[in-house]
Amino acid sequence: MNSERSDPGPYAIVIGLEVHVQLKTASKLFCGCSTQFGAEPNTQTCPVCLGLPGSLPVMNRRAFELALRTAVALQCQIPEYTKWDRKNYFYPDLPKGYQISQFDLPMSHSGWLEIADPKGEFPVRSIRIRRAHLEEDAGKSLHDEASGKADSRIDLNRTGTPLLEIVSEPDLRSPREARAYLNELKLLLEYLEVSDCNMQEGSLRVDANINLHLADAAGGMVATPIVEVKNMNSFRAVERALAYEAERQFAAWRETGRTIAEVPKSTRGWDDQRQATFAQRQKEESSDYRYFPDPDLVPVTVSVSAVDAVRAALGELPAATRQRLESAYRLNAYDADVIVNQGRQFIAYFEQVAQRCGDGKLASNWVTQEVLRILNSAGGTIDRFPISADGLGELIEGVRGGQVPSSRSKELFGAMFSEGLSLAAALRKLGIQALDAGALEQLCRQLLTENPRIVADVKSGKAQAAGALVGLAKKKNANVNPAEVREICARLIAEMP
Amino acid sequence: MMGLTFWFRRFSENNAVAGLARLDAIQLQQMLRTGQISSLELVDALLEQYAAWEPRVGAFLNFRADQARDQARELDRRRSAGADLGLLAGLPVSVKDILCTVDYPTTCGSRMLRDYHSPFDATVVARIRDAGGIVFGKTNLDEFAMGSSTENSALAVTRNPWNTEHVPGGSSGGGAASVSAGICPLAIGTDTGGSIRQPAAFCGISGLKPTYGRVSRYGLVAFASSLDQAGPMARSVPELALLLEAIAGHDPRDATSAPNEVPSYSHTIAEPLRGLRIGIVPDHFDAGLDAEVDAAVREALGAFRARGATVREIELPASRQAIATYYVIAPCEASSNLARYDGVHFGHRSTERDRTDESPLARLYCRSRAEGLGAEVKRRIMLGTYALSSGYYEAYYLQAMRVRRLIRDELLAAFQSVDVIVGPTTPAPAYRLGEKANDPLSMYLEDLYTVSANLAGIPALSVPCGLSRSGLPIGLQIQAAPFAEELLLRAGAMYQQVTDWHQRRPAA
Repeated sequence: MNSERSDPGPYAIVIGLEVHVQLKTASKLFCGCSTQFGAEPNTQTCPVCLGLPGSLPVMNRRAFELALRTAVALQCQIPEYTKWDRKNYFYPDLPKGYQISQFDLPMSHSGWLEIADPKGEFPVRSIRIRRAHLEEDAGKSLHDEASGKADSRIDLNRTGTPLLEIVSEPDLRSPREARAYLNELKLLLEYLEVSDCNMQEGSLRVDANINLHLADAAGGMVATPIVEVKNMNSFRAVERALAYEAERQFAAWRETGRTIAEVPKSTRGWDDQRQATFAQRQKEESSDYRYFPDPDLVPVTVSVSAVDAVRAALGELPAATRQRLESAYRLNAYDADVIVNQGRQFIAYFEQVAQRCGDGKLASNWVTQEVLRILNSAGGTIDRFPISADGLGELIEGVRGGQVPSSRSKELFGAMFSEGLSLAAALRKLGIQALDAGALEQLCRQLLTENPRIVADVKSGKAQAAGALVGLAKKKNANVNPAEVREICARLIAEMP
Repeated sequence: MMGLTFWFRRFSENNAVAGLARLDAIQLQQMLRTGQISSLELVDALLEQYAAWEPRVGAFLNFRADQARDQARELDRRRSAGADLGLLAGLPVSVKDILCTVDYPTTCGSRMLRDYHSPFDATVVARIRDAGGIVFGKTNLDEFAMGSSTENSALAVTRNPWNTEHVPGGSSGGGAASVSAGICPLAIGTDTGGSIRQPAAFCGISGLKPTYGRVSRYGLVAFASSLDQAGPMARSVPELALLLEAIAGHDPRDATSAPNEVPSYSHTIAEPLRGLRIGIVPDHFDAGLDAEVDAAVREALGAFRARGATVREIELPASRQAIATYYVIAPCEASSNLARYDGVHFGHRSTERDRTDESPLARLYCRSRAEGLGAEVKRRIMLGTYALSSGYYEAYYLQAMRVRRLIRDELLAAFQSVDVIVGPTTPAPAYRLGEKANDPLSMYLEDLYTVSANLAGIPALSVPCGLSRSGLPIGLQIQAAPFAEELLLRAGAMYQQVTDWHQRRPAA
């Protein structure tokens, strides 16, 4: 099955995404326990997140601030009044027997996120955000569900970690758009510094709802049953799972003709090994969560001025940065996208390089090719990159001004990277010395004196004979600029009697 | 056991200690402060009272004499070293077994938590200890505070000290009995729909349900979170003021606790109230009210009038729906609050296993809860689960919340024209053990006069105002506006200055 397909097939795909983002707080949503990932099981717990009798939750203000920042950046409406609700269900990793969440009055709703494909595979689209609300995470169950025999193990370290659930409208029309949405959302969250967005550690989780709209025999529109796809551990997996699921639903519809009216929503998991979705066992109890307002917590009020203050403090968001880079540094959309997708620090690095060297396009080439190549292959982040933005800017500036031979610029870059040298030190190390105009002319005069035959050849009209002079000049001094040698020698020969 | 003989002998040798159990907390505190008695002498005197009464009354679920004596010794040591011991210095306080304690099990009167030990002290308990109080045993209650007679305790039977054939009331029945029998001067109860006031009335003592948020709920095992409130029980109102002052105040661990400053209740308690405006509700005196209770309450109103109070009738039509409203909201919250008792992380876990069962997990839940929880608790969980279910939520929970708002608004409006509302605490004196055990509805009606205060979040006090011909106490309820505890306590103290019902004691 080809997940890269761009042909939508004889149907329209309708996708909505639910993204759970773990907010970057030091402590949990309703108690003081650490949210650090990877600790020994059940070591980051207290009476509150264990749900011990008599314990009570108290809201972590920081979590609310991070959620608010995100919601404002997603252009959401922020109601002045929001409250906490209990979602009641029994599960061993849910020690209180309910999850504290937000039901009918979420802290934000009705926003949007713009997605674009830099390669132009789909037009720029605005994806509506239905709502974003805060809730506490459950614990982790480690067990063999299939056999039902082995003992289950439960780790409650994660219980009570703050999550922001961001629910999109079903506006996405292809698996590729879904992936672009996730990329853009992740980028935004990282920009806002509200989440680590690490799917492996579970700080970003994606569930996808998908079905197809297709034309029936009578020319009307029918929809296939909605499927919620879970267990996808990368954006690539999301894209593939959705592509698989679209084709599976189409095949199922052709075979059975069953529509959304006949089949309730079901849940399927994504098997990364088999590259296929599979039907998951439905939860034992019906999904009547008996939501009601949590009487242990007080509603939260958010003033208009508080929202304005958050908005004012947001800074430049990715979409705006792309546009600015395109106009301020004359970058094309693709390059601007590549730079912006690397995050705030990388953009700052690029801008510093561009300002130092005075050429945005050259700076872009260097950072998106040389710098990114190393970061991608060696890993690491731009803040630890051994060549400072000023150092790289100086190098590019030297190449532009001719002080640094462009033929050896990559060599210099390599030395600056691997040995952490400044440009000057790298030049010394490689024995590269910029020659001043007087010294170069002196060298050329000497060459001409020593090679009268070549001079004679040139004078007799064999212009290509001058090429040999460049080679000889390089032997005398590796730093000579061939073009300059050619030019000076031509002038001197012309001046000769 | 050597300890027991020791304190019996010592007690009989020391005349100054004789009759300590008859003194109130204020007098005891004075004697402790001036060195007339030691904390240990007081504890020993009360242990004798315990030995005499506890076998008949059964007020306690767990009681550790040695622990109380150790704490008393430590307080005496600190006092002699010149330490300031705090508001409750050396005073024993019994604690309802629904408040968490690190040194006693916290059973909630349930098989589910029979062996449960909390790793932390409830804020109320911590404040008692910080104020120099001695935790004097954990008292019996209706399971998870659900009941009005303490008969719903899965672990023990508590009897009314005035007549052991009768119930002590509930759910704080153990606490009321412990004070009534003179085993300890002070008790902490909790009140969700009347659970401090009704047993106080039945046992002839005073009890206060504070304003919602006045006392921290941290460590109070939740029954109905928006209604639960811990409060003091004692023989007299000045003692209530003392204990309230020690336990009240904002707690950062309870988001619903109020930031309001705590007045010095114990200092202002004796200030007389001039021109107290009393409201009475005609509904409280209708056909459902026992004639003896009616007469006692009217006599109490006369006592207030004699002290310059005015009495006027006020109508509270929304409050007629209070019982129905309460028995929707409280079970809804309870059904969620008690979901955690599922046998997985703590509490009773069924040992029954059936590997062939399609869902061993569901079976574990069902069996653990079936075995661990009692009938009344199950009834309320089912009521609440039903009322919160999709399709019923609007008709029950939301509607009840709307009526609750009306009840609160109408009470707050009433307090614009009156300072307090006075009436009976219960429709009748304590009934016989078993009399209503199989009639949950008539048991629910026990809360007729008390639930409005919980729904509205206002403070309410019960003080003894008479004895029936059969020798059972009658309670007078006084309610006031939110955070008007100071006024409420002064009104109660004023009444007790001219009456002696609070000084009557059950016959030994």
